[in-house]
Amino acid sequence: MATNRQAATSSSPWRAPILFAVLAALFVLEGTVRNSMFSGSWNTSLAILNMGLISAITALGVNMQWGYAGLFNVGVVGFLAMGALAPVLISLPPVEGAWQAGVPRLLLALVVGLGTLAMAKLAWTRTRSGIVVTVVLIAGFVAYRWLFDPAVTAIEANNPARNGNIGGLGLPVLFSWLVGGLFAAAAAWAVGKVALGLRSDYLAIATLGIGEIIVAIMKNEDWLARGVKNITSIPRPVAQEVDLQQNPDFVDFATGWGFPAAEASGIWVKLSYMSLFLVVLLIIILLAELALKSPWGRMMRAIRDNETAAEAMGKDVTRRHLQIFILGSAVIGVAGAMMVTLDGLLAPTSYNPLRYTFLIWVMVIVGGSGNNWGAVLGSVTIWFLWIKAEVWGPALIALLTGPLPDSAFKAHLLDSAPHMRFIAMGLVLLLVLRFAPRGLLPEK
Amino acid sequence: MDFLNALVVFLNFVFIPAAAYGAQLALGALGVTLIYGILRFSNFAHGDTMAFGTATVILLTWGLQAIGITAGPLPTALIALPFGIALTALLVLGTDRAVYKFYRRQKAAPIILVMASVGVMFVMNGLTRLLIGVDEYRFDDGARFIMDVRTFREMTGLPEGLALRSTQALTLVVAVIVVVVLFWFLNRTKSGKAMRAYSDNEDLALLSGIDPERVVRLTWIIAAGLATIAGTLYGLDKSFKAFNYFQILLPIFAAAIVGGLGNPVGAIAGGFLVAFSEVAVTYPWVKVVGYLAPWYEPGGLMQLLGTEYKFAVSFVILIVVLLFRPTGLFRGKSV
Amino acid sequence: MTDQNATFGNRGNRDASVVNTKGMGTIDGTRRSGPVGAGRAGDPFLIGESMTGGYGKGADILHDCTISVEQGQIAVIVGPNGAGKSTAMKAIFGMLNLRQGSVRLNGQDITALNPQDRVKAGMGFVPQVNNIFPSMTVEENLEMGAYIRRDDIRATMEQVYDLFPAVAEKRRQAAGELSGGQRQQVAVGRALMTQPQVLMLDEPTAGVSPIVMDELFDRIIAIARSGLPVLMVEQNARQAMMIADKAYVLVQGANAHTGTGKELMQNDEVRRTFLGG
Repeated sequence: MATNRQAATSSSPWRAPILFAVLAALFVLEGTVRNSMFSGSWNTSLAILNMGLISAITALGVNMQWGYAGLFNVGVVGFLAMGALAPVLISLPPVEGAWQAGVPRLLLALVVGLGTLAMAKLAWTRTRSGIVVTVVLIAGFVAYRWLFDPAVTAIEANNPARNGNIGGLGLPVLFSWLVGGLFAAAAAWAVGKVALGLRSDYLAIATLGIGEIIVAIMKNEDWLARGVKNITSIPRPVAQEVDLQQNPDFVDFATGWGFPAAEASGIWVKLSYMSLFLVVLLIIILLAELALKSPWGRMMRAIRDNETAAEAMGKDVTRRHLQIFILGSAVIGVAGAMMVTLDGLLAPTSYNPLRYTFLIWVMVIVGGSGNNWGAVLGSVTIWFLWIKAEVWGPALIALLTGPLPDSAFKAHLLDSAPHMRFIAMGLVLLLVLRFAPRGLLPEK
Repeated sequence: MDFLNALVVFLNFVFIPAAAYGAQLALGALGVTLIYGILRFSNFAHGDTMAFGTATVILLTWGLQAIGITAGPLPTALIALPFGIALTALLVLGTDRAVYKFYRRQKAAPIILVMASVGVMFVMNGLTRLLIGVDEYRFDDGARFIMDVRTFREMTGLPEGLALRSTQALTLVVAVIVVVVLFWFLNRTKSGKAMRAYSDNEDLALLSGIDPERVVRLTWIIAAGLATIAGTLYGLDKSFKAFNYFQILLPIFAAAIVGGLGNPVGAIAGGFLVAFSEVAVTYPWVKVVGYLAPWYEPGGLMQLLGTEYKFAVSFVILIVVLLFRPTGLFRGKSV
Repeated sequence: MTDQNATFGNRGNRDASVVNTKGMGTIDGTRRSGPVGAGRAGDPFLIGESMTGGYGKGADILHDCTISVEQGQIAVIVGPNGAGKSTAMKAIFGMLNLRQGSVRLNGQDITALNPQDRVKAGMGFVPQVNNIFPSMTVEENLEMGAYIRRDDIRATMEQVYDLFPAVAEKRRQAAGELSGGQRQQVAVGRALMTQPQVLMLDEPTAGVSPIVMDELFDRIIAIARSGLPVLMVEQNARQAMMIADKAYVLVQGANAHTGTGKELMQNDEVRRTFLGG
């Protein structure tokens, strides 16, 4: 009795290839045609694509949680930020003097802090006494602050102009992507443990909260990653543009293709990043698809489609949900680490939930809930539109207001035209939800 | 004497600001909780509805000021407020027509409405930006203080001062009036009872002759009113910046959930609980302790958490309450 | 099911911080009523005649089923599980699509009316479950029952309280906090508040203890004796037939036996196959 208006059009096996081809054509246009709509620069085109690919990986993580298990995660920005810490803490060179200044004491403080929480939990399960738990928490908090505060002061006083943080381990930056996943997974474990499987779930609000908190920690804990003073010069997994430009072989190669060396070096670097990202993306999709086809994946879908029945058959729904929440968040964390690596910069103030949580949601819904390739297609498409809307919006307004005489009103409209992209994204989401809820590539 | 000083410091820096902030959160949470109870979803666009409502109030205020109308000692925004509410209600009703009504007719799962509200959030966010931009504005005019620090010191002879800003007093007065009217409406009028009945049991409400669409319209109008009032009071008290209104969504949701989603009394209690905890936890207590226990010399500011972490406070309260009372302080879901 | 529900219906609905599924409706309130026709001469007070139909576009559940009630009488619908008892009552109340047959009440053909308008036309319906407003007080429940009335409802309310003294004592308590039997009384009281011309009860004794059940039956008899015809669906066939002026035994959505309660109790086949000897 399904009245699938969309079903008839979406069953074609050519749908996905065609849509991907259209998307590819847009990027080629962006790279080659220079007019009011496109920049005609391969550097711009590839830059959009690279960020689109990272968004795609983020969306894959969200899609695992939402598509496979129906979990509504609105703290994506927090898990991205969690992952973003990894390149800083893993691949940056160690900071001179930080260890002597108080890193051991700091680590001890963190251990005490976590230990206090564990103790409190233990005390609660053993005694069920609120007083005991309160005493444990207060004692733990005092001990934690006693250890923590001097250590932080010392670390932050250590060459504050350049460092003032604990520094990294000097390990390869690619390795840090994996660690980024682990960081996010750890955060997800903590959130999921609390917010899943109370009488009902409270995941949405819990993720919303933890997202804000993680970003707040990044902004304010200078010892961790220098807070709003930003971390720059994160090691790169690919060549530097400057090195390429000084390499005569590369310059010859570039001129052979008809590009000036400066432009070619940028393109080369972006292509290198793109290849890395594509590899990660494909590995994640492969693993996700394999997992989905395994008995585990079938169980996940069974749980999603009928929780009550699955529960009656003895499946531990909460546990499965926790698993998938952790896995999805880990993927988001990897994306966070990749993003920082691409930017070469950790700037906590840029972690805006609208951009990094809700826009990702638009990508997932537009792409097609539950379909991995849909998430990829949706992400890159929406990211392209998001970037281009900043250009197209003012162009459109200028066109529309062209006949109007110059006035404050016209100036206001032109000024605020870049904000049009928020309206555009909202409309895209609403229209897809209304007329094509299965998204561009429906779940099979 | 020292005790009095401590009390004055406490009132000045903790109690009064927290009470005003709590009232603003409570009004916001009331809107969220009403929509949750009656339309059955958490409205992610509520923060942006607040921002939009406040933006219209600010524009109207500027307009009024430009033609020389002010409210004397009171902020001009108070005159603009009813018109701002009307405009916001129109926008929200239009949104319901264009977006939510379709899903309601289909008896769509509430999660779809949540998704739709994310779309609406984007659109309203953009609208607010178009309307007023992303800058920070102050729009409180009229008398700044009901009681300023110097007057208080001269009156009492205490070294510590107590200030009561007119926006804080206004917030509390308006909030009390709004809450009294709202509760009178929900508990005493036929329409209010119809809203509660619809929230309890849609089918039975329908069979009792209650028009569902009318209930929904009323709910949106009330929610728009609450959002605009909460937003305007918050803006008068602090300042208006569109992004802050998006961020305030977390404490508002936390307040609504802590109190028990769908329960208006809970929303108010939740609002004050969250506000008082936020202020109490992020306030440096060193001065108060200094008066109460002069023999004790604390090393630091005696601040449990930096103000940057005020969101963490609402979050922790939320978790603690949910761990011990999964339906919230006042059993949820019972508008 | 729509595209939206097919895609999202199973996702995220466990998350109480964003969705509220309690109290959600199932009745399509947007269906418009058709015209009211004339009844037929010699009709009983309420009759659902030759009803054939099912839910939505699904298969037929009722097959040429006829149920009627006379003024001041109690009619019961009994039958084995899945016989379509409740469905027959919902058909009379307009909650499913009738392909054939008609429903006539008090000399009017109301087949085209939607449930809301049937209430206005004089039907008082008490669903089997979710038949009260749990967070509202007993008194507010009754007030909501009288929502469509514009006149003074106090007299009716007193009548309901006289009929159910147990809930009268708890008029300021939330109805959801009452015991099962008392909730049923509130539910019946709510339906009586419209001053209906016929009272329709869908398994009013489901899930209550035998003592409470007897008490409820007493009250239902009292209602019928006061002149209000009662149509009810019952699981407890034996007790129901004892108080019934007319009883319908349904089997697979069709009339199997019809008669007074006493007649059917004495019918060997009914006793053997249905009352258990």
